Amino acid sequence: MKNITEVRWHGRGGQGAKSAAQFLAEAALDSGKYIQAFPEYGPERAGAPIRAYTRISDNVINIHSSVTSPDVVVVIDSTLITPSVLEGLPKEGVLVVNSPDEPDVIRKNLSFKGGKVATVDATKIALETIKAPMPNTPMLGALLKTYPIVSLDALESKIRDKFLKKIGEEKTAANIKAIKRAYEEVKLG
Amino acid sequence: MKKTKLIPMMGDQVAAYAMRQVEPDVVAAYPITPQTEIVMSFSQYVADGKVKTELIPVESEHSAMSACVGAAAAGARTMTATSANGLALMWEIVYIAASTRLPIVMPVVNRALSAPINIHCDHSDTMGARDSGWIQIYCENGQEVYESIILAVKIAEHKDIQLPVMVCQDGFITSHAVEGIELFDDKVVKGFIGEYKPRFSLLDVDHPVTVGPLDLQDFYFEHKRQQSEAMDNSIKIIPKVFKEFADTFGKRHDFSETYRLEDAEVAICALSSTAGTAKIAVDKLREEGHKVGLMKPRFFRPFPREHIAKRLSPLKAIAVLDRSESFSGNGGPLFTEIKAALYPERHRPAVLNYIYGLGGRDIFAEDIESVFRTLLDVAKTGATDERIQFIGVRE
Repeated sequence: MKNITEVRWHGRGGQGAKSAAQFLAEAALDSGKYIQAFPEYGPERAGAPIRAYTRISDNVINIHSSVTSPDVVVVIDSTLITPSVLEGLPKEGVLVVNSPDEPDVIRKNLSFKGGKVATVDATKIALETIKAPMPNTPMLGALLKTYPIVSLDALESKIRDKFLKKIGEEKTAANIKAIKRAYEEVKLG
Repeated sequence: MKKTKLIPMMGDQVAAYAMRQVEPDVVAAYPITPQTEIVMSFSQYVADGKVKTELIPVESEHSAMSACVGAAAAGARTMTATSANGLALMWEIVYIAASTRLPIVMPVVNRALSAPINIHCDHSDTMGARDSGWIQIYCENGQEVYESIILAVKIAEHKDIQLPVMVCQDGFITSHAVEGIELFDDKVVKGFIGEYKPRFSLLDVDHPVTVGPLDLQDFYFEHKRQQSEAMDNSIKIIPKVFKEFADTFGKRHDFSETYRLEDAEVAICALSSTAGTAKIAVDKLREEGHKVGLMKPRFFRPFPREHIAKRLSPLKAIAVLDRSESFSGNGGPLFTEIKAALYPERHRPAVLNYIYGLGGRDIFAEDIESVFRTLLDVAKTGATDERIQFIGVRE
């Protein structure tokens, strides 16, 4: 049954978790996969914790319930790194978090022994490249290094496609730089 | 590899995209909550000059449908969109649109009705409108939404049908989910729906007509009889539209979609996105060797009685999943309809009813699997529980 890859995104309203879930899905779609991307809607408030999901598969995706047992969890906001992000994550699951800490520290804090843990200081990268605290695009880079579900090239062209008209060449290039830096700087453990 | 390029779109955007291709003469809509992104996206097409549609922003959903009735009576190809309490506020005019035989097409995002206040998916809104005289199509995913809107225009405007159509999709579950959608060429869509030539138009002064006059004991009943016949006849005509659609776009539509039902002994019957999730449970139980299947009605109005009875009557037991409660004390709307459809059959399966998912409560493949296991027991022992069951609720 598990021929679908499921990713759960944790962020705060306004940080772009929903967009990140969508960018990943769209990059996969461009690579010939079937996809779903959807946020979990509650009352919509900036700053409130939100979850978003990406499903990627080689086959048509019929399931329409929310993701309960993700293969990968991505935490975009470091203040959300609490044991609740592990909900439903199997032992062999992958956890990618926005944090300056080493993976060991995160493992210890969350008592997560299995799978893979990856950390990257996405906020710092975002501030230095995009010049704004928008850690969602660098987290995509970190995710792809840890769990290469689509190629970095596919993501880059999707981001270019999405951003160029909206925010112009300079900011688009900054986002792509952020993705690549996070891809290089992510620590696995 | 797939041969067609799929475009990422949310269910709402897909509906708006189909509306752009249809390019109705008039869209009247209430532009704020409880409206959905359908009207927002369509307004953008209007603002960008992508369509020549006259967009009428009105002060309420009641006015939205009123303006649609006026436009359609004047002979304009007319569309609007709504959801939840918005549809509830339209109510009075929803009936008028149908009984005036105006072929308005309306995408509806299915969401719960108040109270308590809730913005998430269930089918209370359109199921409440099931006796209003509109044709109703329910969609599992964005692709079905897209194709059904194009199909709906052709059905609504058919000279022997002349009825409005609601194209329903699940709130948030599909309306806000991005999926890959296969889109048709603008010209092919326009060619398929053709130029709209209304049979009657208030603006056709050479052939004056009266629309919506007082109609008391003398003729009201005859008009209702004709309305009833129009819905009845649509059962015979809609398959012709399916064929034209298949010939044009290479995509098959029917009154229902069945999944692994041919040799099944038990089946689940569900509308819209839940039918997709049910396919996962069907596959799992089939792998275990159980003969289970799925019936997903696409049309609820007209209710395709013979079509559904033929496919379900040979089974031993079925469960009907309702995403709305009709508070009849006699089960949900889909359940009562299916049970009634099966009654004239010589062989009838046991029919169970489960209410689920009200106010957006999630339903999982595991929930559906457990319903299947109950059905397999019923098929074996013949013992059924007549009470209405509820899935995933705190008791």
